[in-house]
Order: sequence, then C-alpha cells, then structure tokens
Amino acid sequence: MAKRVGIEVSIAIAEAAKLARSEVIPAYPITPQTHIVEHLSEFVASGELDAEFIPVESEHAAMSCCCGSSAAGARTFTSSSSQGLSLMSEILYIPSTMRLPIVMVVANRALSAPISIWNDHQDIMVQRDIGWIQTFAENGQEAFDLTLHAFRVAEDRRVSLPMIVNIDGFTLSHVIEPIEILSQEEVDGYLPPFKPRYKLDPKKPITMGPVGIPEVYTEAKMAHSEAIKASKRVIIKAWQEFADMFGRQYNPVETYRCEDADVMLVTMGSISETAMTAVDKMREAGQQVGLVRIRLWRPFPSQEFRRAAGKAKVLAVIDRCLPPGAVCGPVGAELRSLFYKVPGSPKIFSFVAGLGGRDVTVERFEEIVDKARAYAKKRPRELFEVIGVREK
Amino acid sequence: MANTDAIVGWKTITFGCHVMEPGNSVNFRTGDWRSQRPVLDKEKCIKCGMCWIFCPDMAYTQTEEGYFEADMEYCKGCGICAHECPKDAIEMVTEEG
Repeated sequence: MAKRVGIEVSIAIAEAAKLARSEVIPAYPITPQTHIVEHLSEFVASGELDAEFIPVESEHAAMSCCCGSSAAGARTFTSSSSQGLSLMSEILYIPSTMRLPIVMVVANRALSAPISIWNDHQDIMVQRDIGWIQTFAENGQEAFDLTLHAFRVAEDRRVSLPMIVNIDGFTLSHVIEPIEILSQEEVDGYLPPFKPRYKLDPKKPITMGPVGIPEVYTEAKMAHSEAIKASKRVIIKAWQEFADMFGRQYNPVETYRCEDADVMLVTMGSISETAMTAVDKMREAGQQVGLVRIRLWRPFPSQEFRRAAGKAKVLAVIDRCLPPGAVCGPVGAELRSLFYKVPGSPKIFSFVAGLGGRDVTVERFEEIVDKARAYAKKRPRELFEVIGVREK
Repeated sequence: MANTDAIVGWKTITFGCHVMEPGNSVNFRTGDWRSQRPVLDKEKCIKCGMCWIFCPDMAYTQTEEGYFEADMEYCKGCGICAHECPKDAIEMVTEEG
C-alpha cells in the first residue's frame, strides 16, 4: 500500500525512478538536480536497485549514454539542470527523432551569466524544440507521479518518445513535502516492463541514426512531429488510468476559479501555488480573476487550453524566461499564436517574472493582474514586461 | 544516384528512420560523385592489397588473377589507394565528360 511520508522531493523522484525499475542511469551531478542522482547511485550501490549507474564525465556523455542504453532496450533514466542541460543540447534532438523513450527529470534553473544556481525556466526554454514530451510539476506529489507517468507514456509503443518532467529547482527539488509513495506492487501494476519496438540486437541487426539525405530528412522529421502530436491521447489516457488506480487526476491544463473570470493568470510549475493564493485574495476583494496552469507543455494542448481560457477577456501570462530581443516570452508567444485571429479571443500580455530564483509573491501576481487590466484598455508599446525589476 | 527505395513518404518511412536491412549501403551506388578514377599499372603491381586495405568505401575486390580492382559503382575517386600504393602502381586519371 502507498504510504504518505515527509520526504525531500528529489528523494521522492529517485524513489519513483527506483520503483519504475530503471535499468540504466547515466548521470552527471549538477545543482539543483544532484540529490536525485545521488540517491539513485546509493540505491544501486546498496543493491536496492538492480541497475547500471554510469557516472559519466559530462552531460554530453550522459545523454549519449542514454541513447545507447535505450537503443539497446534498457529502461533509461537521467536527470539534469541548467548548464548541464545545455551541454546535452547537441544530443537531445537525437533520441526524439530516433524514438528512444528516455525519461529525464529536469530541475529547472537559470542559465549563466551571471552565474545563478537558482530557479527559473530559461534552461528548458532553450530546449523547447528538442521534440521530447514535456510536463511541468507544481508540487512534490506531482513530481513523483509525473515521473512514473513519464515512463508509462514514453515507452508506450504508440508513443515511443523521450519525455522530460520539469520540476522547479530548489522550490521543489530541495523542499520536504508530505508525499504518498506508491508501493512496488502498485507501480508494477501501472507500469509494464519496457518492450521496445526495435532494439540493437546482434541477432537481428539494424542501423539506428543513419544519414538522412535531403530526400528523406523532411519525412523523418514530419514522422516525429506527427508522433508527438498523436502522443497527446496516450498522455491523457495514462493520466486517467493513474487517477483510476491512485485517485489523483491530472490534466494537460488545469484551471482554478476560472468560472466567470475576465482576467486569467497563466503559469507553469510551482509558482502556480502562490498564484492560487493570489487568486483567492483577489476574489475576496471582488475581482473576477482565475488561474490557468499548463501542465503539458509539449505537445502543446491547444484544444484543452482554448477550452480552459478561451472565454477570458485578458490573459496575463507569466514567463519565467527573458528572451532578449524577442517580441514576447516563449509561453506568451505560444498563446498569441494559438489565439491569433480567433474571433473573441482574449488579449494576451506576457510578464517576465521569477528569474534566477527571485520569488514571485502574491503581491506580484496582483500587480500583474492590475497591469494586464490596464493594458487591455490602453495597449502597451512592448509585448512583454519584466516584473519587479529595479531601475536604480 | 541513391537507391530510390529510400524515397518514401512520412507515413511509410521506417520507425525512427532506422535502417532495417543490415549492409544495405551496397544498394547506394555513389560512384557518380567521382572526378578522378584510379588506373592500375599491372607491370608495377605486386598484388600486396594495400589499396584493398585502405579503400574507405571497400570498393576494391581481388580478381582471379590476384590483382585488385575498384568497382566504379562505388569508387569516389578519393585517391587514397594511389597515395598508399608502395609501388606507385595506381595513377589517378581525371574523368572526362
């Protein structure tokens, strides 16, 4: 039976990777992901987990190793963050088109310069288009649950794509929360053994990762693009089954007090919990404010988002990423594209907040809602605004 | 140039763009990239097989007489055989037309 324990979120994620019976874990430590792989290495060293833990020399090697082990048919898990994730970048595009279902937890952290070990979403936004399925967790329980869900979805033969679970660095990774840890029997009941469609096998040799000449490349990429779009049904069904088995329901997009809301905040990740408190406060003051939280980032749940937020007059999107020289933050830009020329669609404003570990407080959310209301009346010159930045 | 079997649509392309048939590069006739061809002087050749060893495309095969000949369907004219030949028995000749 599942038991609820006070546990650091990183350790809970390591437990999830253990309960999932990960077979190969190539990993390189980086703050704030370190505790996840540290605990997994201890599980392997103590014999609690029968897996190969490969302490590689870099993240570039870690992801290369993941590709090899997944191609050989092993259930493969790794974790990274920030600069480490960027070092993986060259390899990240490879397992997705090659359909290798690696699972990775990314403890989101800012990118240098200046050096910052603290939380925002710039590291993962760099990797937006790597073609992996990507989810964002709000709290520790969700981080644990989404990790198990990731194995289930990634390895589904209809999907067979790598998957990232994003958790906010420190805000989640280093916080002790009450988390229900499922038993081995429960996890085994949810997650069948990994049976890849193809694997590297000397008895039946195939070539993975060949050259794609111009006559082939576009078709290979199109096949990948359609596969990730089609994965949405499996993602949702796997969440439904999780709910049936364990009672916790997850959806691609969540709403909070959105009924009759004219302004909706849009968030991803752990700041959503503060945003809910802010919504409660503004609701008490008589404001019609709601919150829409994106859990599934890739493939982007267009229909679900339109259904959730299409009736708002104003969307105040919080981007935890500052794209220098861009028109708009990445989440804001996504939503502007989604609603482009849709009749009666909401006005969308992007606010950059919570960079490099700066807290986004209830007061900041109130400020964002106030500004969004004002901009809906008088259009601002810029399409995104950095919130809480000092001028002098 | 390339084997037209590879020209498929995105719905029929192999899963993950894997190549399911081992050793099928032999179906890709790539010799038309060549601007020079190796020409062997049998008077000088000692049948040592260095050309065969060094050829990066495995274009060389040994004939019944023991000489080594490059298959022009695959030879790209890189000239490595000529460079490695200890007897200078291979000359690279410009392809005409």
